[in-house]
Amino acid sequence: METIQNKLEGPVTDELTLVRAAKQGDDSAFEELVRRYDRNVFRIAQHITQNREDAEDVVQEAFLKAYGNLQKFQEQSKFYTWLVRIAVNEALMKLRRKKPERTVSLDEDIKTEDDSLPREIADWSPNPEQQYTQAELREILSKTIQGLPPGFRTVFVLRDVEGLSTEETAAALELSVPAVKSRLLRARLQLRERLGRYFQKRESGDGNQ
Amino acid sequence: MKCSEFLHELTNYLDGVIDEHTKVELENHLSWCHNCYVVCDTTKKTIEIYRDSQLYELPEDLRTRLRSAIMTKCQQHRKRGPESV
Repeated sequence: METIQNKLEGPVTDELTLVRAAKQGDDSAFEELVRRYDRNVFRIAQHITQNREDAEDVVQEAFLKAYGNLQKFQEQSKFYTWLVRIAVNEALMKLRRKKPERTVSLDEDIKTEDDSLPREIADWSPNPEQQYTQAELREILSKTIQGLPPGFRTVFVLRDVEGLSTEETAAALELSVPAVKSRLLRARLQLRERLGRYFQKRESGDGNQ
Repeated sequence: MKCSEFLHELTNYLDGVIDEHTKVELENHLSWCHNCYVVCDTTKKTIEIYRDSQLYELPEDLRTRLRSAIMTKCQQHRKRGPESV
């Protein structure tokens, strides 16, 4: 079977070209899709599951499912958006199995508009992230985002970390565009407020230097 | 524009999807409302910090291992037929 290996060595092979080659049975094309998106799927999965081993499982299961269902992919969205949708579902399933006592859903009730005004308005120091080492900063960011409900942190990760558009995020999560916007605003404001505990301007010279 | 209205538009403003008229009103509000200015600025920083954080990077060795496991399973799947996933 003819492969597109030579073309893959070029800087950018169109995603759709790879998908079509993979559909025709070219595994090297599918492997290139894995190589292209495995980091993103892993990040999304770990953000949702908050567990590295679960995230590894999700990466494998999501790609395997994509492979097995490739013929059903209609090419009406980007392959990546379709893959993210599979990965998010796999990750949420893992989370549900671990926390059956609490329903994990992307459709969690959101509170009324009135509670969205930020309570703490203290300013941050300039370049607050530089007060901490890389390891400390990662710990802070990880702990902070873990505190958000899964539905909020998933939207935040897809939109603000992975850079999907609002419409792509809505498609990947099967939510409406207004629902994505509403969750995104809340996620951003909650993270901002929580990070403020670490990044607030200090009154005197007692910073973490 | 009131603070609650500013907050309602914040996400559209930060994402650059806001009409010119609302943007002018919002920036006018930011020019005198310190609280909203701080919220806007620190929310923007929050997004940037997470975007640049390299949180949950996939190490190269694990990446190779996962990819190899995926491709092996894909090949097994092909041999077994399409009902096996």
